Amino acid sequence: MDHTHDPQATAFYKPDETGGKSGLASWIFSTDHKRIGLLYLSLILLMFCAATVLGLIIKLKLMTPGSTLLSPQQYNAMFTLHGVIMIFLVVIPSVPASFGNIFLPLHIGANDVSFPRLNNFSWWLYVIGALLALTSIFTGDGAPDTGWTFYVPFSERTTTNVSVAVIAVFILGFSSILTGLNFITTIHRLRAPGMTWKKLPLFAWSLYATGWIQVLATPILGITALLIFAERVLKLGLFNPAQGGDPLLYQHLFWIYSHPAVYIMILPAMGVISEIIPVFSRKPIFGYNMIAFSSLAIAFAGSLVWAHHMFTSGMSDTAVLVFSFLTFVVAIPSAIKVFNWLSTLYKGSISLDPPLLFALGFILMFSIGGLTGLVLGSAGTDIHVHDTYFVVAHFHYVIFGGTGLGMFAAMHYWAPKVFGRMYDHAKAAWSFWLIILGMNVLYFPMFIMGLQGMPRRYYDYLPQYAPLQMVSTWGSWFLAAGLILMFWNLYQGCRYGPPATKNPWGGATLEWTLPSPLQHEAFHHDPVAPEPYDYKGVNPDG
Amino acid sequence: MAEVAAPLVHKDYHASKMGMWLFLFTEILLFGGLFLLYASYRAKFPQAFHEGGKTLDVFIGGLNTVVLITSSLTVALSITALRRGALVFCQCLLAFTVACAGTFMVNKFIEWSAKFHHGLIPGSEHMAQLPQGQSVFYGLYFAMTGLHGIHVIIGASVILWVMLLIKQGKVTGEDYVVLENAGLYWHIVDLVWIYLFPLFYLIS
Repeated sequence: MDHTHDPQATAFYKPDETGGKSGLASWIFSTDHKRIGLLYLSLILLMFCAATVLGLIIKLKLMTPGSTLLSPQQYNAMFTLHGVIMIFLVVIPSVPASFGNIFLPLHIGANDVSFPRLNNFSWWLYVIGALLALTSIFTGDGAPDTGWTFYVPFSERTTTNVSVAVIAVFILGFSSILTGLNFITTIHRLRAPGMTWKKLPLFAWSLYATGWIQVLATPILGITALLIFAERVLKLGLFNPAQGGDPLLYQHLFWIYSHPAVYIMILPAMGVISEIIPVFSRKPIFGYNMIAFSSLAIAFAGSLVWAHHMFTSGMSDTAVLVFSFLTFVVAIPSAIKVFNWLSTLYKGSISLDPPLLFALGFILMFSIGGLTGLVLGSAGTDIHVHDTYFVVAHFHYVIFGGTGLGMFAAMHYWAPKVFGRMYDHAKAAWSFWLIILGMNVLYFPMFIMGLQGMPRRYYDYLPQYAPLQMVSTWGSWFLAAGLILMFWNLYQGCRYGPPATKNPWGGATLEWTLPSPLQHEAFHHDPVAPEPYDYKGVNPDG
Repeated sequence: MAEVAAPLVHKDYHASKMGMWLFLFTEILLFGGLFLLYASYRAKFPQAFHEGGKTLDVFIGGLNTVVLITSSLTVALSITALRRGALVFCQCLLAFTVACAGTFMVNKFIEWSAKFHHGLIPGSEHMAQLPQGQSVFYGLYFAMTGLHGIHVIIGASVILWVMLLIKQGKVTGEDYVVLENAGLYWHIVDLVWIYLFPLFYLIS
């Protein structure tokens, strides 16, 4: 790098002096993976804020029993939209579409993905899907009120705007497929010379496994969404019991996608954690092979467990037994990862910087979420807690505590690299503690209420749940305060913070050999593939 | 598919092919969901599927099968023609493929019209009053052949677009991966029909 030259002036988000498009067009029609990653990131965070506000309103309504704040119909629409936006517009694309897009090519020593134009196209599909989802709220006969699962027969009968919403889901699925397809091909074809599969950073490994799930599972969601549309518009009657149809088959189709989808959500975040833990322990990652392998094992086994969402639906006992067993099997590779991270930390030279804090938060929350998942995966106990708050708590521990914190960890880890400026570490730590406190106060009471029998999605509840409901709502405020502090701190840091060095954390993967902020063209010639977790001679330069 | 075929940064033949094959997996799985429904309902209502299958026109279905297989042959030949530099012959073969797609859709139109004429219209009173299982059979018939028909139209449009690219000299005997990918897509459209035909027309 030229030391007299200010890298801020030629950052990839500044206009490209060498020609090409300018202004808005240089963003929305960009084929640069870094710009597309930032486009995704900004929209995903916008959608996250919108759906978080919906969640806060839901919790506010539930603070006291009785009919307050929202009508029952509004409440149903609120939790449906919270689910649809969070799942399809935030969590599914979260880490892969934003940080995956920016850092996957850099991790493997490439200047872009295999299909840059397709990458831009998939972002446009995301935009169209998001706009359609918003359209479904404000047009027709009211916002969808089915829950994010669109279960038949209700989704066929309700007069609300389900048809538009499922088309939005179809288009968002297409966008996700194209991202996965692009990443798989990129990893196969664009690795720099010497970048063997065993030198691939674990983030790339996790995106590779995710890509396969995206490609192989999402089409089932596509056809399921199309069928709901066809059932509503063409009245085919494929799931209508009166005509011989079977609503249970809908549930199978839905979960054949939607269970593997939770691994689309969690695997990339696990990849982020696998990058962060060794850097801040100054120790090579423990069990590289097993972490890489367990990503593939999760992708494979996770595709065979979908019917554990249907233990109370009247499936045969044999099916329940098999799916319960397979569910326990998929817990093994997840546990392998957790133990490997802990072994990496063991006797490491730990520096408790913000990215590591969020990563440790991930391990805590994911472990609680994962272990309570076994309670749900075991058919006997699931009968007791099925469709209660226990499920909601489990899911939010895994997805918000897992994927959400993984995303925040990635933001704190890579923000200095992307924007070339450093945020305030003390404020970041404060926001972390507020978020962790808020999450646990918000979701842990839901485990207890679930065990006591509080059903999910209910508008009202019995007085005995009132104290814990109240505590849970307080938690949502701590969480909101933490999120506001975190986003404000990151914004201030990326905008006005002190310039970041090339390698502030002392990472050994390739992106840390590049200037901060990232430049228009990353590698001018093929880089030498490093040992991604060997920190001999690699030190933080900040 | 268009986007798969033309990376900006550099031409990577293998990457283009790999991307297309991954996309074809997704197509198979898209139909896979419907095949799953078919398998379940067929096991549940074997008699109704037998009765339903008898009402379909094996001649038109068989004719359409021949038409599609022939079109797959011509699209395969067109790639060889392009690589050998026989541009006009290549364009003729592709035009023939598109014509086959048109023939297929006309036959489909005749078939569906006949069904509609007999009151087999999705959502109609008549469909609702059919014995249990039969309306599911026709529902699946319309859903699967309908989705396949949409794919025929998309495939033919892609081939027309590639013909334009060949005319403009953007797809040549040296750089023919776009045509090859379009051909792959056309084969999957053909292949799905190869399964649909016996499952609906020949099971009775």
